Amino acid sequence: MPIDKIFKDDASEEKGERARMASFIGAMAVADLVKSTLGPKGMDKILQSTGRGHSVTVTNDGATILKSLHIDNPAAKVLVDISKVQDDEVGDGTTSVVVLAGELLREAEKLVTSKIHPMTIIAGYRMAAECARDALLKRVIDNKENAEKFRSDLMKIAMTTLCSKILSQDKEHFAEMAVDAVLRLKGSTNLEAIQIIKKPGGSLRDSFLDEGFILDKKIGIGQPKRIENAKILVANTAMDTDKVKIYGARVRVDSMTKVAEIEGAEKEKMKDKVNKILAHGINCFVNRQLIYNFPEELFADAGVLAIEHADFEGIERLGLVTGGEIASTFDNPESVKLGHCKLIEEIMIGEDKLIHFSGVEMGQACSIVLRGASHHVLDEAERSLHDALCVLSQTVNDSRVLLGGGWPEMVMAKEVDELARKTAGKKSHAIEAFSRALVAIPTTIADNAGLDSAELVAQLRAEHHTEGCNAGIDVISGAVGDMEERGIYEAFKVKQAVLLSATEAAEMILRVDEIITCAPRRREDRM
Amino acid sequence: MALAFDEFGRPFIILREQDQKTRLRGIDAQKANIAAGKAVARILRSSLGPKGMDKMLQGPDGDVTITNDGATILEQMDVDNQIAKLMVELSRSQDYEIGDGTTGVVVMAGALLEQAERQLDRGIHPIRIAEGYEMASRVAVEHLERISQKFEFDVNNYEPLVQTCMTTLSSKIVNRCKRRLAEIAVKAVLAVADLERRDVNLDLIKVEGKVGGNLEDTELIYGILVDKDMSHPQMPKQIEDAHIAILTCPFEPPKPKTKHKVDIDTVQKFETLRKQEQQYFDEMVQKCKDVGATLVICQWGFDDEANHLLMHRNLPAVRWVGGVELELIAIATGGRIVPRFQELTPEKLGKAGMVREKSFGTTKERMLYIEHCANSKAVTIFIRGGNKMMIEETKRSIHDALCVARNLIRNKSIVYGGGAAEIACSLAVDAAADKYPGVEQYAIRAFAEALDSVPMALAENSGLQPIETLSAVKSQQLKENIPFYGIDCNDVGTNDMREQNVFETLIGKQQQILLATQVVKMILKIDDVISNSEY
Repeated sequence: MPIDKIFKDDASEEKGERARMASFIGAMAVADLVKSTLGPKGMDKILQSTGRGHSVTVTNDGATILKSLHIDNPAAKVLVDISKVQDDEVGDGTTSVVVLAGELLREAEKLVTSKIHPMTIIAGYRMAAECARDALLKRVIDNKENAEKFRSDLMKIAMTTLCSKILSQDKEHFAEMAVDAVLRLKGSTNLEAIQIIKKPGGSLRDSFLDEGFILDKKIGIGQPKRIENAKILVANTAMDTDKVKIYGARVRVDSMTKVAEIEGAEKEKMKDKVNKILAHGINCFVNRQLIYNFPEELFADAGVLAIEHADFEGIERLGLVTGGEIASTFDNPESVKLGHCKLIEEIMIGEDKLIHFSGVEMGQACSIVLRGASHHVLDEAERSLHDALCVLSQTVNDSRVLLGGGWPEMVMAKEVDELARKTAGKKSHAIEAFSRALVAIPTTIADNAGLDSAELVAQLRAEHHTEGCNAGIDVISGAVGDMEERGIYEAFKVKQAVLLSATEAAEMILRVDEIITCAPRRREDRM
Repeated sequence: MALAFDEFGRPFIILREQDQKTRLRGIDAQKANIAAGKAVARILRSSLGPKGMDKMLQGPDGDVTITNDGATILEQMDVDNQIAKLMVELSRSQDYEIGDGTTGVVVMAGALLEQAERQLDRGIHPIRIAEGYEMASRVAVEHLERISQKFEFDVNNYEPLVQTCMTTLSSKIVNRCKRRLAEIAVKAVLAVADLERRDVNLDLIKVEGKVGGNLEDTELIYGILVDKDMSHPQMPKQIEDAHIAILTCPFEPPKPKTKHKVDIDTVQKFETLRKQEQQYFDEMVQKCKDVGATLVICQWGFDDEANHLLMHRNLPAVRWVGGVELELIAIATGGRIVPRFQELTPEKLGKAGMVREKSFGTTKERMLYIEHCANSKAVTIFIRGGNKMMIEETKRSIHDALCVARNLIRNKSIVYGGGAAEIACSLAVDAAADKYPGVEQYAIRAFAEALDSVPMALAENSGLQPIETLSAVKSQQLKENIPFYGIDCNDVGTNDMREQNVFETLIGKQQQILLATQVVKMILKIDDVISNSEY
């Protein structure tokens, strides 16, 4: 009896053990891929795009690496996905989450081969994750009340985040910058307000935080290069011929003179608009769209600084900084709120001229200018700084912090181990496995730093046997040390997200017992 | 083959190009069809029950779905076989009608087919089998009615509803916080339910998901959530006592549908046209303002100038809101959707107690909450979760839970889950079989056996000894004559489903049996399959 194929031609189906193996292997491969980037001594990866130009990225940011991979294994895609979400939600810990999920699956694989049902493993993992979270909650430090202490907490978090990145050489400098920038936001998580400008040249150390606002634009020719007590009109309006928007309108003329007349009218219209803008009593005009030569000339005549083609975010930020509203009509000048700043001037950074707004009214936005030897360095620096900023802004809202350097993992592992001892039934194997997976993180950190991980982790475990221990791995000196003394801190929110998403992802992959791959969509043949 | 001869002995052809077609007839056709149906059922079998496994499906574009919802698995499986497609349809119709039990119905149908095959081997005619199944299904449905229990709940005491929803959710990946989700689902359904008419319009419940956060952050919003933000970054982010103008006309100069041209040939015309244009925007905004609107929600985009005017007049606005959302907003706020500015009147405005914008995570994600609406009948369930797949799966699970709650409001009868109902039916059908004198008796017995396969699969998936467990439960039911004993999937230690609080809706179960029987009958009646062979 022929059993007809149920699926389409190219579709494939994998079942039971084979499906599970396929997803384990895929997920672990991805985890191993990013594993070597974990920790302060983690290595970087070079990513070459297959697109035009074969552009190269050098990074050790887990999310960036995984985002650029073309992955076919569905289980691996789950891991890529959690790393992406971690990036969106808390900004840091993108590598840790993948490594932890990978380790959880590796342990699960061992359990599955020793004939423990995946559902039992999941039940154990859930209990363990719950217990681990409680263990962390018990040990958090919250310095929200004490502004000074809180600031130093933030500094330490920023330094811990940055030390695994390319910026580790100047981490104090950058940490200072990041903390300052985030504190200016006053609790908002809108990182858009922090502008990062990359200019090649100089060294990373030359990077600086500017309290004002820097716009990467040039000042129009013949216009003042320096304005004090500037009144700024931020606008989003067409400054070309300002075409008639009524649908179906078109110009139909029958003689040259009429063309000239209409051209004149058009010019008049433009002039009108410029005059209206000038009526606001401004001396600086920033437009999101292009400003054509003619109006630019008019502005120059009036001694007004006109900046064209500021990108959308730039303009929004400028609105935020100067406190002006973004205008598109100019009929009633008295009610439009203008932006103010003390000084506008053209500054030089490297070889480029930029426009610098200083002494702005609202201090929320600021600019960070990054300098560095090459584009690759700058790109990576930007990513690192972005991570730090994300973590800091999240910490400002949720001020609970933990120690770093593998300390949280050891604390969790200890509690989870205890739980395993108390739990009856097969679940306890899974709980034990969870604790082993947690220990894998400090092990990896030590391994990546070229240290004797077995020795160090054993030492660490022994230290953690005493109550209230602050020991963690100090990669710099290559020994177990007190993390509080070394000032290695991490945000609670990041750790919690790592723990929960990794467990969730592992659970999801474990539950699968069949993989059905549909036939790839056929592309229409383009002849 | 399909070759006939006329009275002169000349052959004439009934099937065109018959050498290019494959054809299966008679018993072979039935067997092939049964095999295909069984193959589909086998895929789903391991997803049944609280300890059922998930399937990972990779779509044609490489997107990954992880689910254990029968309807979703079958839908995305992209099957090619005709009979397999029937099974997909089967699961889909269960989904449309009841919303839950989509896996169970397919497993049931698969078991019926398997039994039918055995009867065919005995030489029983397929039609007789089909008829026997029909009779048996009637017996089973009646028996279900008999063992069902009314269960009481009202708006204040919704605990029983929550329990039932929890049964549904416990088979999904979200069972970690099933209590919370079940409560959310029940509250949502109760909020929109019309308890007088015993009807629930599920369209009023919007399920939104956003990646990030934990599953525990999932919340029920008495209002509408729109994945949009204010059209101008400097508009107020929070509006109290909003009067909402719901527009389907763009803030742009009018575009008459008839083709037309405006010719400009003199300077004067140019000037007037320009003036008019400015006036348009001004009028539009003024009209909204005049009727007392404090928030404009528009289906279309705004011109930059209009946008600024709106902001200038302190009239916050949202643009590019989808049609479905617009309708929901209109229902919730009691407003009318206005297609033209001229038709705006104060009565047509919607009212909401609070409209606010909320941002998430580190990326620039903002959503608009419209709460405390005039007509609180529309609610939104906002799901958060670790990744996209998780959210999609949660959405599906919530949908199932919503459907279950709805069914209970429609019909308060329940039966006990965990295979208890199936076992009870199986016993009843078996007992009834002896009363039928014909060949159908065998088919009816086969039906009883097929009913056993659902609890058997449950036991198997839960890691119990299937035959041992089933026979133990069956004898227990028979001995004590209580239809509440089922499979103890969660290893709680008792077989009594009343204690475990595992319920299912009566109509859901009845529908499962009826639909599965129908499809099996249909498959059994096919005795000739003609298909275009591909070679």
